[in-house]
Amino acid sequence: MNIIVCLKQVPDTTSVKIDPRTNTLVRQGIKNIVNPLDTYALEEAVRLREKHGGKVTALSMGPPQAEEMLREAVSLGADEAVLLSDRAFAGADTWATARTLAAAVKKMEHDLIICGRQTLDGDTGQVAPELAEMLQMPFIAYVSKIEEICEGKLRAQRMVEEGHEVLEAPLPAVITVVKEINEPRLPSLRGVMKSKSAAIPVWTAADLNIDPATVGLQGSFTQVVKIFFPQRTCQAEIFQGDPDNQADCLVSKLKENGIIP
Amino acid sequence: MEYLLSEQQKTIKDLARKIAEEKIRPVRAELDESEEFPREIMEELANSDMFRVFVPEEYDGLGGGCLDLCLVVEELSRICSGVAVSYAASALGCFTLFDYGSEEQKKKYLPDVASGKRLTAFALTESTAGSDASAIRTTAEKVEGGYLLNGTKQFITNGGEAELYTVIALTDKSRGARGASSFLVEKDTPGFTFGKKEKKMGIRASTTRELIFKNCLVPEENIIGRPGMGFIMTMKLLDRSRPGIGAQAVGLAQGALEEAVDYTRQRVQFGHPIISLAVVQDIIAEMAIQVEAARALVYTAARTADSGVKSFTEESAMAKVFASDVAMKVTTDAVQICGGAGYMKDYPVEKMMRDAKITQIYEGSNQVLRNAIAIEVRKRKARTA
Repeated sequence: MNIIVCLKQVPDTTSVKIDPRTNTLVRQGIKNIVNPLDTYALEEAVRLREKHGGKVTALSMGPPQAEEMLREAVSLGADEAVLLSDRAFAGADTWATARTLAAAVKKMEHDLIICGRQTLDGDTGQVAPELAEMLQMPFIAYVSKIEEICEGKLRAQRMVEEGHEVLEAPLPAVITVVKEINEPRLPSLRGVMKSKSAAIPVWTAADLNIDPATVGLQGSFTQVVKIFFPQRTCQAEIFQGDPDNQADCLVSKLKENGIIP
Repeated sequence: MEYLLSEQQKTIKDLARKIAEEKIRPVRAELDESEEFPREIMEELANSDMFRVFVPEEYDGLGGGCLDLCLVVEELSRICSGVAVSYAASALGCFTLFDYGSEEQKKKYLPDVASGKRLTAFALTESTAGSDASAIRTTAEKVEGGYLLNGTKQFITNGGEAELYTVIALTDKSRGARGASSFLVEKDTPGFTFGKKEKKMGIRASTTRELIFKNCLVPEENIIGRPGMGFIMTMKLLDRSRPGIGAQAVGLAQGALEEAVDYTRQRVQFGHPIISLAVVQDIIAEMAIQVEAARALVYTAARTADSGVKSFTEESAMAKVFASDVAMKVTTDAVQICGGAGYMKDYPVEKMMRDAKITQIYEGSNQVLRNAIAIEVRKRKARTA
């Protein structure tokens, strides 16, 4: 089975700051990491390969330094990695990103495409469903368990608010995973050594045979106009005293505000 | 400090540190308290290929030498020395095979050691035989189909947890040390059982147990090398493993130094962090000097062992003695400058101080090793005089 895992290199957000003049993220001096949810996608792909055989390819669109992240993916079990990098891809919104990824997926052998639920920086969760749409493939979001893959079909549990649903989809398909699905492994020494010498091809717009006007900033339907921290509009009130007293205060406050009769 | 490590060695050291930080640090206090064998951590180490580091390449290992092993032990020990020794004992339990084992023995056992499927242990010490290892009483009587082992081994690291044991026993009592031989004994061999698990001052995550042999039949093909070679092989083995104890000690001292620096930067007395006090700085500087000096000696001894020289008894003994004395001193000083907090179990330095003590005692007490160093120094002078 050929599995493609889509990964994104993101800034480590515990330390992220916004430049108030340009309204963009301050990336200088910030460590880049693999988008945490994508590590679960990679782990699931590696586990599926261990069970069913085949090949896991890590795929990313990003600047040249994203190669470092793809090496990490190889150290964690990916057999191969491909980086999509071109100035024409820069400034892409989720639509343009999905277009680029879709063009790459079409060039590769694929039975299953696994993505993380969403990224830490963009946080939209849109790329994977858009990718499925462009590839005309079935899509299952929020997968917390892959129950079975056989006879060209995949059966998976997905998390929904009230519990989980079990869905079946023919392959090839696109899925996104949540962190409940597994616990990503640490790299192995053999993996790290392999990753240091692994050849990671870089594909440009020309390699993908796509019109530069349809990707990157030019091919994006949305633009980031402004980034800002929202104004704090509510205030917390802390009730003191013993639990009985606190409960009384809470109830009268809720009544006062018409939340309970 | 530039340690002149190869790319592979840097990779090994970095990954060992990552495992120690992510998987061992969160549970070390609990393991110390419960004295529970860190089985899950051994599995993590196996999955990350750490048991491959010291196994030759032809048996699914990475073919790393003494220094490569030392780097792993140091990094694990920086966080928990008890876990580090459980790992390192598995190298000790199979080292003899590398140099003296038959091709069949190596093929049968080493791939499982490399994958972490079989932990190993080395069994020499007995109640009557510590520093005087020649005073062992366990016997191996030649019988039809193999050797019959009888006797009790004491203080065996990984006892009961390991799947494979290298056991030293007398095949010829009349010849003393020259009558000792080395055997591979699998766990679950009839007649091989385990005695009491020891309660220890330090390295409490590691398991220390008695091995009891009662008419335990070990097949003929499980003798390592020739009968009577047991002692020579053991002395060579310990020369090779002692830098590892040095590395354990360096890791401990490094961990204690880091904790002490963190604490003294935060602890405010008389209006300032206590690290700005000259008396504290003096202690910290001395700790840092000692740690680097010990590391330099350990790495150099390990490189000497890897260089292919015939004998390195003196170098490896020096590394073990010096580094273990440094670990005792540095961890004690760490407790001292962390004050009351350092004495409490909420902080890791008191554990490190307890863990450090054993490094001065096992794999040759520092006294018996100083004696060995003096003998080598004297021999060298005699040769050149």
